[in-house]
Amino acid sequence: MTARTLFDRVWDAHVVRALADGVSLLYVDLHLVHEVTSPQAFAGLRHAGRKVRRPERTLATVDHNVPTSERTLPIADPVAARQVDALSTNAREFGIELFDLASPGQGIVHVIGPELGATQPGMLIVCGDSHTSTHGAFGAFALGIGTSEVEHVLATQCIVLSKPRNLEARISGSLEPGVGAKDLILALIGKIGTAGATGHVIEYTGDAIRALSMEERMTVCNMSIEAGARAGMIAPDEVTFAYLGGRPRAPQGAAWTAALERWRTFRSDPNARYDAQVQLDASRVGPQVTWGTTPGMVADIKARVPDPAQLATENEREAALRALEYMGLKPGTPLEGIPIDRVFLGSCTNARIEDLRAAANIVRGRHVASRVRAMVVPGSQRVKAQAEQEGLDRVFRDAGFEWRNAGCSMCLGMNPDVLGAGERCAATSNRNFEGRQGRGGRTHLMSPVMAAAAAIEGHLVDVRAW
Amino acid sequence: MVKPFVRHRGKVAALPRRDVDTDQIIPKQFLKGVERTGFGSGLFFDWRADPGFELNQPAAQGATILVTGANFGCGSSREHAVWALAEYGFRAIIAPSFADIFLANCFRNGVLPVKLAANEVAMVTQRAQDAGYEVVVDLEQQVVSDDRGFTARFSADAYGRELLLRGLDEIGRTLLEEPSITAYERSHP
Ligand code: SF4
Repeated sequence: MTARTLFDRVWDAHVVRALADGVSLLYVDLHLVHEVTSPQAFAGLRHAGRKVRRPERTLATVDHNVPTSERTLPIADPVAARQVDALSTNAREFGIELFDLASPGQGIVHVIGPELGATQPGMLIVCGDSHTSTHGAFGAFALGIGTSEVEHVLATQCIVLSKPRNLEARISGSLEPGVGAKDLILALIGKIGTAGATGHVIEYTGDAIRALSMEERMTVCNMSIEAGARAGMIAPDEVTFAYLGGRPRAPQGAAWTAALERWRTFRSDPNARYDAQVQLDASRVGPQVTWGTTPGMVADIKARVPDPAQLATENEREAALRALEYMGLKPGTPLEGIPIDRVFLGSCTNARIEDLRAAANIVRGRHVASRVRAMVVPGSQRVKAQAEQEGLDRVFRDAGFEWRNAGCSMCLGMNPDVLGAGERCAATSNRNFEGRQGRGGRTHLMSPVMAAAAAIEGHLVDVRAW
Repeated sequence: MVKPFVRHRGKVAALPRRDVDTDQIIPKQFLKGVERTGFGSGLFFDWRADPGFELNQPAAQGATILVTGANFGCGSSREHAVWALAEYGFRAIIAPSFADIFLANCFRNGVLPVKLAANEVAMVTQRAQDAGYEVVVDLEQQVVSDDRGFTARFSADAYGRELLLRGLDEIGRTLLEEPSITAYERSHP
């Protein structure tokens, strides 16, 4: 038997049939659905008179365009409301479980899958959303797909894929206090670039990864797509199993014991070969902040805004020039000290309970700078309830943060939470693209503790000095 | 049903930028629809507000082939990006590289992504500055050529190529695998 990687094992376990030319038909264990990328898929099924093959392997929620304000009021935006209504009609008609706005289980699709224990090691998981890579933190092969593929999975419970290549990102050493998973993944993207892992599945290995909690592992895998990867994966271990034990959709009793035995097989052989490898020393990573309009335009908080003229290629120079113009930044400006107007603590990258706890520790007993408007948008209603039970909502509110209901919110600004033109935001989300958080808005990505500290100071700041 | 693509001759518009993400191709305010149509007017919406934007130039009008920079279509999985490009009139996109999900979405919507070497992309981009410049994209032969002696070979994803050449109904095709799917389900309860 040739040595196999974690990804090889999960792939092999899902091949229904090898089609021609390295392309396979693969079985999907879990299909997550949300309101924005699914209406056309359901319409397609209806038009062709097709059914959902395995409704019980499909879970739906509303997250992308839902308001995060008061839930008892109807949705003010009629177009958004139509999309939310369409999902509930579709879920009912096709027999799919839906966590709607009134549900205590509602939340960002990549937060609720793990929280329910529906996301499990060795699974093949798809969703019409690029950050599906998040679920790879459990040793699942989890990938984002387009709406046509959503329709295909609904109808057939299968997906057709060419096998991606496999890249090992070995992260050694241990993190300094104040530096976390978000800094690791941003530093890695800065190193390999936004297309550094295109066509590959990244497996994160090494001591620094083993030392991370499940929530931190999700942050890392979440942003795999920002390096261009098809998916990110981390082999399951005791940390994974401890997280899953007792969750509502996790196996129980004898089934749990059997599952553990199977899950333990999902790992890479010591002599397994990867198509590519990169290394990163965690002990040399400081808090990261982005200065440009792609997640790869990132630097240590102690650095300065780079000078485009110093960059290696014409392409990079042009891109950096454009980015700095959009961001309203001058080369050579120290990153620390850049004033901000808004703070967004949220998104599928960093709005789990640990993220909120870490940020609350920073803001406790302090107050948001007078020029700053800051908001916390928990990743799910369960995260919100848990935080409230721990009194974190009070900590944030007392510090001057708005405390919202769950959703994607200002990560993509489809709902009323948006940046105004020229407004500068410290955000814990994953994309700093032009206009992502609102037309003309300027986004700096960073960790929850860095964003919390920036809220208090009113400018970008090195949280290690706190 | 995918709109078949075998061979297409068309005018070229150049957008020489790298990392063009799907948030730029179709901004979020256009994602609220529940139909597959109506996205063409949202294509590059924010950028089109700038009169200097490449696609606003007279020479770019009527183009059906877009030549652009590396990592085109990165970011969000929104298929709306391809719907918008197709509805605007683009049938093929030439770039040094594409993001994976975008690539998969193209093949399912009759739009051909053509990966060429950086110097070949640079050549097409440069020639596209001349009004009326056209190229022929031939998926059967996997060749891009123009009337001035430019020819470049490309290699399309084998499955995607078949989908496009034959205009296949992918779901219909997979449903023919029913016995294999059922057998898989039986052995993996
Ligand atoms: S939080 Fe942001 S990145 Fe995550 S699923 Fe929602 S919109 Fe996408």
